[in-house]
Amino acid sequence: MDTLLRLEDLTMHYKTKAGWVQAIDGVSFSLDKGQSLGLVGESGCGKTSIAMSIMRLLPYNAQLVKGRILFGGRNLYALSDEEVRQLRWKEVAMIFQAAMNSLNPVYSVGNQIIEAIVTHEPETGEDEARERVESLFELVGIPKERMDHYPHEYSGGMKQRAVIAMALACNPSLIIADEPTTALDVIVQDKILREIEDIRRKINMSMIYISHDVSVIAEVSDVVGVMYAGKLLELGPADDVFKRPKNPYTYSLMHAYPSILGEKHDLVTIPGEPPNLLDPPTGCRFHPRCDWATKECGETAPLWREITEGHYLACHNPIRTKQGKSCKQQKTAKGGDVIDTSDGN
Amino acid sequence: MTLPTATESKDVILEVCNLSKYYPVNQSFFSGKKALLHAVDNVSFQVNRGEVLGLVGESGCGKTTTGRLIVRLATPTSGRILIENTDVADIKGQGMMEFRQKVQMIFQDPYESLDPRMTIFDIVAEPLNVNGIGTFEEREAQVEEMLNLVGLAPPSAFLFRFPHELSGGQRQRVAIARALVVRPSFVVADEPTSMLDVSIRTGIMKLMAQLREDLGISYLYITHDLAVARYLCDRIAVMYLGQIVELGDSEDIVKKPVHPYTKALISAVPVPDPAIERPIPNIKGGVSKPIDPKPRCRFYDRCPESESSCAEAKNPELRDIGGGHLVACHLL
Ligand SMILES: Nc1ncnc2c1ncn2[C@@H]1O[C@H](COP(=O)(O)OP(=O)(O)OP(=O)(O)O)[C@@H](O)[C@H]1O
Ligand SMILES: Nc1ncnc2c1ncn2[C@@H]1O[C@H](COP(=O)(O)OP(=O)(O)OP(=O)(O)O)[C@@H](O)[C@H]1O
Ligand code: SF4
Ligand SMILES: [Mg+2]
Ligand SMILES: [Mg+2]
Repeated sequence: MDTLLRLEDLTMHYKTKAGWVQAIDGVSFSLDKGQSLGLVGESGCGKTSIAMSIMRLLPYNAQLVKGRILFGGRNLYALSDEEVRQLRWKEVAMIFQAAMNSLNPVYSVGNQIIEAIVTHEPETGEDEARERVESLFELVGIPKERMDHYPHEYSGGMKQRAVIAMALACNPSLIIADEPTTALDVIVQDKILREIEDIRRKINMSMIYISHDVSVIAEVSDVVGVMYAGKLLELGPADDVFKRPKNPYTYSLMHAYPSILGEKHDLVTIPGEPPNLLDPPTGCRFHPRCDWATKECGETAPLWREITEGHYLACHNPIRTKQGKSCKQQKTAKGGDVIDTSDGN
Repeated sequence: MTLPTATESKDVILEVCNLSKYYPVNQSFFSGKKALLHAVDNVSFQVNRGEVLGLVGESGCGKTTTGRLIVRLATPTSGRILIENTDVADIKGQGMMEFRQKVQMIFQDPYESLDPRMTIFDIVAEPLNVNGIGTFEEREAQVEEMLNLVGLAPPSAFLFRFPHELSGGQRQRVAIARALVVRPSFVVADEPTSMLDVSIRTGIMKLMAQLREDLGISYLYITHDLAVARYLCDRIAVMYLGQIVELGDSEDIVKKPVHPYTKALISAVPVPDPAIERPIPNIKGGVSKPIDPKPRCRFYDRCPESESSCAEAKNPELRDIGGGHLVACHLL
């Protein structure tokens, strides 16, 4: 398959009064044309930072320490500002986590999207652009009469849907959707995710979905990547990662979920302190909170390696389960989850 | 974790009676004709002291507007809001100061609601300053404690940053810390944890449940996450196009939904397993239009169970179908 996007050893830090925030550390992965990648991980682990690096929209206090990003074979950080401007929206579009304030308050919502289309596709006339926006509004479930209203007249979820419509407007080859459905009810979310998936298949578009909601990621991703404290810990085919997680952090993320199904059960948090990115733990960044940690984990960082085809992992003590069986859950003294790996499992 | 439940008391802290909010909007750009958008339309409910009432419903159905009316950031077109038996419309002067401490709102959008020029310390300490609570040292200690409780640890790593130097979920936690630091008696929490991963969210849910246990704080908890509502809320109210269509105990709403909209909503909750193909939710297509709605059931156009009589009949009222479970539907 054709590779569309490739991150190689990407490392990016932010300068603050209290020191350098090590937000991305040695992240590598690649994304094929037409593929969808789901990126999950704790709040503050660096998901948006990766997205902004790919968009080349990093703030003034960010510093690219090492690594590179290739888009369609071209090094993004070797392009001129003008070349990047042409890529943005037309080739790579983003649904910002700050959806709600990425709309301009002084223009009607419809006009902003029309404007975006006309700017990036000079050959498209205003009327044609308006028609396209009408059908995009239908797709995201906003009545077209409301195109001429201003952002402050929209609810939170309506603004988010308008931004989704904007990202789809120019048929880009990659959309990065950063928490695209946080303000949407599950019926609207269901409809929009199905529509985006349809479009993705039709025009062979690639997607990166960023979400804290593991269920959403399970429904839309071919490949899932799990981040913790600026590092990728695991990345592989969605089925594999959900059913047979290899990294202990992945495991706890997949199993702590409250559900509307079944009996109410006790909700567990991952015990221990959240990592401080100004001074991240040595060795594996997850080791202070990991039930599987051994002495080695505190000393050396585990290498990022491919364990089976397309399944990458960084961990000194990967979870072993028998092929085809999923893991069993137990409680440890620390209050976290461990997995029964006995062979009879 | 098991969340503590409200102690059995019928001490009503919030009473909302026939609340409506209509916004005049342009019907069409060309005609310039004004029409009325029914954001909240004749809504009534109560919240008991120490209770968490969940408010769920379609995007754009009027949840945030309801919250803004309660904390007096918007004025109702009609209807009344009583907090501790005082009509909030009558609060003035000194009473307003007290009200601003007692009643807090956590806003839906953490990118819009935090002042970009203030440090995290100033943002969280501000309500303490305004209300003259504690000495500077005491405030400092309270802010740090609060940041720790919402998982922004160590506080020293965050105190002197600005909102734009935080991630989305970190901003949300700053907003939560700011609302809870003054120990309010009523909190409108508008999607307060929508950007938080499960572990941190569980921590926040525990914190909110703990504060309600210790201090009797009550919450109106607006959310799209029905699993969270199930775990945190005593009762859930379901809204559709400006109106409450169902209200009952959380477990009843999640396990035995009655209204056709609630049923569709519950069936659309995603499940964390890529192998499961969830069916398309049972609801008719189309979009909900809150502008000058017809006087019949608001859900009629999209209802999969509607009968021809629904088209003719007036808008159904909420009726008790037993045990305080209220439903607004003609078919019951
Ligand atoms: N402009 C900035 N200056 C300094 N630190 C920053 C800046 N932006 C983000 N950070 C820090 O970098 C880390 C990664 O932030 P990022 O926004 O990428 O997280 P995230 O994974 O998207 O989290 P969330 O799910 O909460 O949105 C966080 O610890 C955050 O505090
Ligand atoms: N200032 C305003 N002027 C005109 N219309 C408004 C205004 N504020 C809200 N509305 C409209 O009122 C309706 C209800 O909005 P509200 O923000 O209360 O919805 P919500 O239930 O919070 O939705 P979401 O879940 O998407 O945040 C929407 O149709 C919205 O467009
Ligand atoms: S490397 Fe060690 S600490 Fe890190 S996840 Fe694996 S077992 Fe846990
Ligand atoms: Mg983010
Ligand atoms: Mg809202």
